[in-house]
Amino acid sequence: MRHRVKGRKLSRTASHRLATLRSLSTALLKHKKIKTTVAKAKETRTFVEPLITKAKDDSVAARRHVARHIKDKEVVKELFGEIVEKIGDRAGGYTRVVKLGSRPGDGADMAILELVDFNSVTDKKVKTEAEPKAEKTTKAKKSEQPKAKVKEEDVVEAEVIEETKEETKAEESVSEETTEDKKEEKK
Amino acid sequence: MAHPKRKISKSRRDKRRTHYKASAPSIAKCSNCGEIKLSHRACPNCGYYAGRSMFVPES
Ligand SMILES: [Zn+2]
Repeated sequence: MRHRVKGRKLSRTASHRLATLRSLSTALLKHKKIKTTVAKAKETRTFVEPLITKAKDDSVAARRHVARHIKDKEVVKELFGEIVEKIGDRAGGYTRVVKLGSRPGDGADMAILELVDFNSVTDKKVKTEAEPKAEKTTKAKKSEQPKAKVKEEDVVEAEVIEETKEETKAEESVSEETTEDKKEEKK
Repeated sequence: MAHPKRKISKSRRDKRRTHYKASAPSIAKCSNCGEIKLSHRACPNCGYYAGRSMFVPES
């Protein structure tokens, strides 16, 4: 009987497991999409989702609660800002696991774990059209930024930065998946 | 302690093992590109699953 036996051990000690789940969660919130094994993806899902729910309440207490697990301050900020803004009206189910098949080398079942509202890999056509624009704006901003910290301009810029961030992340996501892979193999 | 009274004959052993079979992988056609892929998995050829692009395949 496996009554009241919850979760997976992931071949780790309790502390190692907690550390793994924390770092995977941080990676997910940072990159919006990560590639791991199916088991880790499913375990991470049960770990991050309550944290995201917690982040819907923007209080100091909630921030500290989340920051206990998400060790990257920038990521905590992003979670309470952009991510909750986009994902907040969902009542749970913020993540999606899509299986990929087995990994060459050890045959582990791999999967992509992603935040539901951040599926940024769009059609190639759309991507190639969007890319050149994004590059132009980022270049322009870099030159402007040091001078311009006027409040009026800040509002406009902030919006543009968000857009370009997402687009650049979409480009990066593929390469990040491979780096994720390497990290895992080291473990 | 209880012990087996008789050695299991080759015949009995092998009869037991007739149910040890490998099953064929469940295969489906990709709804996006038509390539053959494993069901319930993203297509390795085009990176699509359930009408959604999950990753952009290399090359
Ligand atoms: Zn396909």
